[in-house]
Parts: sequence; C-alpha cells; structure tokens
Amino acid sequence: MTETTAVTDLLALHETMAVIRRTEKAAHDLFMSGLVKGTTHLAAGHEAVAVGARAALRDGDYAFATYRGHHHAIAWGATPEECLAELMQRSTGLNKGKGGSMHLTKAATGMLGSYAIVGAHLPMAAGAAWSARLRGTDQVAVAFFGDGATNIGAFHEALNLAAVWRLPVLFVCENNFYMEYTPIGSVTAAEQPAAGRAPSYGLPAEVVDGNDVVAVRNAVARAAERARAGDGPTVLEARTYRHYGHSRTDPATYRPEGELERWLERDPLTVSSIRLRSAGTRDVEIQAAEDRAAAVVDAAVATARAGPPADLREAFTDVWADGGAAWRTTS
Amino acid sequence: MADHVVTYRESVAEGIAREMRRDPSVVCLGEDIGAAGGVFKTTVGLFEEFGPERVWDTPISEQAIVGAAMGAAMTGMRPVAEIMFSDFLACCWDYLANEIPKVRYMTGGQVTVPLVIRTANGGGLGFGAQHSQAVENWVFTVPGLKIAAPSTPSDVVGLLASAIRSDDPVVFFEHKGLLAGKGAPAPDGHVVPFGEAAVRREGGDVTLVALASTVPLALAAADRLAAEGVAAEVLDLRTLIPLDVAAVLRSLERTSRLVVVEENPYQGGWGGTIVSVVADEGFELLDAPVKRVAGANVPLPFADALEDQVIPTVDKVADAVRSLATY
Repeated sequence: MTETTAVTDLLALHETMAVIRRTEKAAHDLFMSGLVKGTTHLAAGHEAVAVGARAALRDGDYAFATYRGHHHAIAWGATPEECLAELMQRSTGLNKGKGGSMHLTKAATGMLGSYAIVGAHLPMAAGAAWSARLRGTDQVAVAFFGDGATNIGAFHEALNLAAVWRLPVLFVCENNFYMEYTPIGSVTAAEQPAAGRAPSYGLPAEVVDGNDVVAVRNAVARAAERARAGDGPTVLEARTYRHYGHSRTDPATYRPEGELERWLERDPLTVSSIRLRSAGTRDVEIQAAEDRAAAVVDAAVATARAGPPADLREAFTDVWADGGAAWRTTS
Repeated sequence: MADHVVTYRESVAEGIAREMRRDPSVVCLGEDIGAAGGVFKTTVGLFEEFGPERVWDTPISEQAIVGAAMGAAMTGMRPVAEIMFSDFLACCWDYLANEIPKVRYMTGGQVTVPLVIRTANGGGLGFGAQHSQAVENWVFTVPGLKIAAPSTPSDVVGLLASAIRSDDPVVFFEHKGLLAGKGAPAPDGHVVPFGEAAVRREGGDVTLVALASTVPLALAAADRLAAEGVAAEVLDLRTLIPLDVAAVLRSLERTSRLVVVEENPYQGGWGGTIVSVVADEGFELLDAPVKRVAGANVPLPFADALEDQVIPTVDKVADAVRSLATY
C-alpha cells in the first residue's frame, strides 16, 4: 500500500465514516425515544481508527472489538440496518437479538466479535493470528481496545505471548484519554498507556493521529506488512476522542470546559474533508457522499424499526454447535 | 496380551496423540507440555512425535493460554490447552465464565469454539489447599461448557477422542489421584460418546453415582458392602455435561436408593443437581432419603490425615449406604 491515497479511495473512506457517524446518532436518538434499551457505548469521534484500519487490511483479516464496537462492525461490512435492528431487539438483528450493542459481530467477514469484558479479546486476537500461522495463510488479526484496557492482565499476557511467538497480530489502542469516567493519566503512570508499554515486550510501537483516517491507514499498513513478513506484532496507539459520554447514562460532565470543542475542530470527518478539498475534491462531492450516508442510515432506521421482534425460539438455540441447548439426557 | 495394562497418565498422551495423527488441526499449548512432557508427564512423547509447530510451550499466562486457544478455535483449529492444576482455572476464569461458553450464543450462532481445556483436578496427593481442590462444580455452574472426567485409562482415550472432535468447548478433568492407576488399554479407534454413563457394577439395593476418583472409591465401598449382603450398583457418569440423568433414573427403578459420591464441596457440588432432578422426576422411585457424600465445605488441608477428614472415603460411602439400607 502506498502512502498516497487516490481521491476516490479517500472519498469512500469519508463516506463510510459518515455512515458510522449517522448510525451512532441514530442509535442515540432511538435510545432517547425508548426504542433502544439496555446500554450503548457510542463511537462517534472514533470512526477514523476502524475505517482506516480496515482500509489497510485485506478481506479475511480478523478483527476483535470491544463493547464500543459499532464502528468496527460497520467497517468490516455490517450494515447499519442489521446493527440498528440488533439494538432494537429485532430478529433481523446482526446477532438475532441475542447480542445487543456490546456484542455486534460479523463473522462472515472476519469481524469475530465485540467483547464486553475489558481486555479479554486481546489473547483471542493473538490466537487467531496463531491459527493463521498454523494454517499457513497470510492473514493478520487486529485487536481494537481502549486505553483503559492497558491496565488489565490480559493485555500484558497477550502482548508477551504474541511477541515471543512472533504472531501476525496488531494491537490497536483507541486512546480517547478516558477510562470510563476517569482520565487515563490519573490511573496510569505510563504517559502512553499502550505504546509506552510495548518496548518492555520487545515490540515496536507507534503513536498515530487517530482522527486522521489516512494516518491510521498508513500506520496499520506498515504494521500489517511487518506481521505478514513474519516480523511479529505491533502496538499502535491511535489518539482520538469520543463525542458522547462513556455509555448511555454518562453525560461526561467530568470533561474540562472546552475540551470537546477543541477535539471537534479535529473531528475525523473535518480532517478528512480538509484533505479531500486540498486534493481537489469539490464541496458538492463531499456533501453528496455525506448525503448518501444519511440516506442509507435513514432507510436503515425505518427498515430495522419495522422488522419483526426477536424470535422467542432463539432463546434456546446456539448454545451448542448442533444448534441446541440440551444439557442432559431425557428418559 | 490379555493382561496388558496401561496407566491413566500415559493414556492422556495416547488419547491426544491419536487425535493429532488423524486431524492436523489439533494443536496443543500449555506450560511445560513440550520437551518437558508436562509436570504430570501426561504429554510425554507429543513434542517428539509432532514437533514445535503442534506442541507449544507457553509462559505462565493462563489468560493468554485459554484466550489464544479460543481465538484459534474460532478460526479453524482444534486447540487442546492445558491448565496445569484445575485450581488455576481461577486465573483464567473470565474465559470459562464469560467468553468461551457465551460467544456462540451471543453472536447468534456465528462462531463455534471447538477447543479442549485439560486440567489436573482433585486431591489425595497432599498438594495443599491451592493445588488439590476438585473444582468440576465451578465449571458445572456455567451453561455452555461440556465437562468430561474419566475414571479409567480406556475412558481417558475414548473421552478425549469425543472431546477433541466435539465442535463445542470441553473442560476435561484428569484426576491427579488416578494418574498412576492402571487398566486395560483403549482399543484402536476407541470413542466414548458424551452423555452416556457406564454401569461399573450391577446391584439391586442402592445406586452409587460417581465420577472420576469417586468411581474406584464407590467400587471399593461396594465390595465391602457386598460382604454385608448389600448389593450396590455403581454408575460412572463420565461426563457432567451432558448429564446422563436418564441413566440415574433407570438405575433407581431397580434400587430405589441413591447415594451420590462427589469430591467437589457439598456446597454447590454437582450432586445437588442430580438429587434435584431425582426429587423432581423420580420421587416415586425412592424408598429412602437421598445421601450425598461430598467434599466438606472447607479448603483442602495439607496433612493426609486431615485431608481424609474432608474428602469422600470408602468408610464414608459405606456408612452412607448402611444408613439407607436400614431405612
């Protein structure tokens, strides 16, 4: 992958980011109107990390995400309609209504799940990379995680195992500077919570502008190239910011005044628009891409909302590989 | 060769090796399992036969071991992970409680997790509180995991075949107290299906339901009771999930009396579920109260004499049966 980007490619990335942004806004609005229950952890502001990473990778490369994972699911090919249907407990949902916002999964395209126990999926990604090596493919696996995950044991166990086995895995931290409600700096001595720990595992690391989709794409491309060449894992720390609070119930009042506004000036869509314009794209073309994204999500909301409720029989399927849930013999 | 016997310990390696020969997607990982052959010598010969690309030594990182096994299982491999002592399952409990058993369900069936977690379970060897506990009941509390716990060398091989071929996650308990035990070798191609209890001894007076280490215990008690004129039937469950409660109920149709012999603690032990199913579906079959001979609700002490106080023994089983026979 070259470091320059064709305008048409960049416009496509911009449109995908706009689809994610619109989907997150729709999820927020549907929650406020009572059509989405439980909780949501919205990724508005993080779009460039997922979209940039996917753009650098190949079909069949694996992704493992967190409970803040709508953007990864969509970047890996889940449609806004199946995501929103899942949030609205429809049988047409991505996970048949059995997962919800925190567990969006699109296994058919290699997006192998969103996990809601912090850090648990990093060893899984290492395992998927190990599997790729054992099967002799050149697939890579990516684990996306937050800055808060860098203080849990699974992060450290995964980095060490992946390093010593030289696995084709990328550890991509979305550092949004808050561990839930708490500034990451107040609970982490390392200034760079992910990249700063990498050297102790003998791993290369890079801090990247997580609001610049091209910067992310190029950094992930470099890391993936190393991984496919047999040179092992890389830790990437993408600095970004979430526009909403941690979860649905968090108004994020702990953020200093003006901080959100300063980050909004570097919104991933703004950064992308500036780059597009400087590459000669006309405003009307950018607007057209954003309008297409809005239309897709508007239609998705309507279709998802009209979908049938979760099929009651599904409560007792999919425990076992045979499709059932039997735990005992019957006389 | 009719009197040829093998150990339970070497049957573990034999069972794994048979599956590795027939299926190249089977790989092993764990602490000291490679050239060292495992701290219990249950993987001896695998590294020499299959090499470092199929038998992987890991750091002391239980979360990485089981988490990596899960990721590999979701992407086309059949990993066999070893957690050295079952007490250490607590170090990777998130994967057993939240990740492995739930991922297929919560993704609406998008993924499968065909892995085996092998672990050395149970007391009797004087390893003290943190290396001796029988913890099969920990796993029994989690819907979505299958559980096997063989009592004979032949069953080790046959149940490992089913476990490794299973598309579902299996926790495979190898009992430390049985490792040196001997028995008939498994025939070629031996497969023991899950969910089929075995009648180890027939008898019409009382049913002893046992698992792993408590099977020889129950058989010894049955010998002693036979001398007293009590015919005990010994049922070896072999797997806890699926649980062959149908076999328990069939046996009770003949005996009308039930004693469950389990090494895990009475509080939350699997025998409670057996007894609850019997109370619900087999109440009319019973002529006496049910008894559970289980581990005591204390950590396991180190000294042999103290350990005997808190885990099932032949004396305790025989006493429980006598109390029912006279009922």
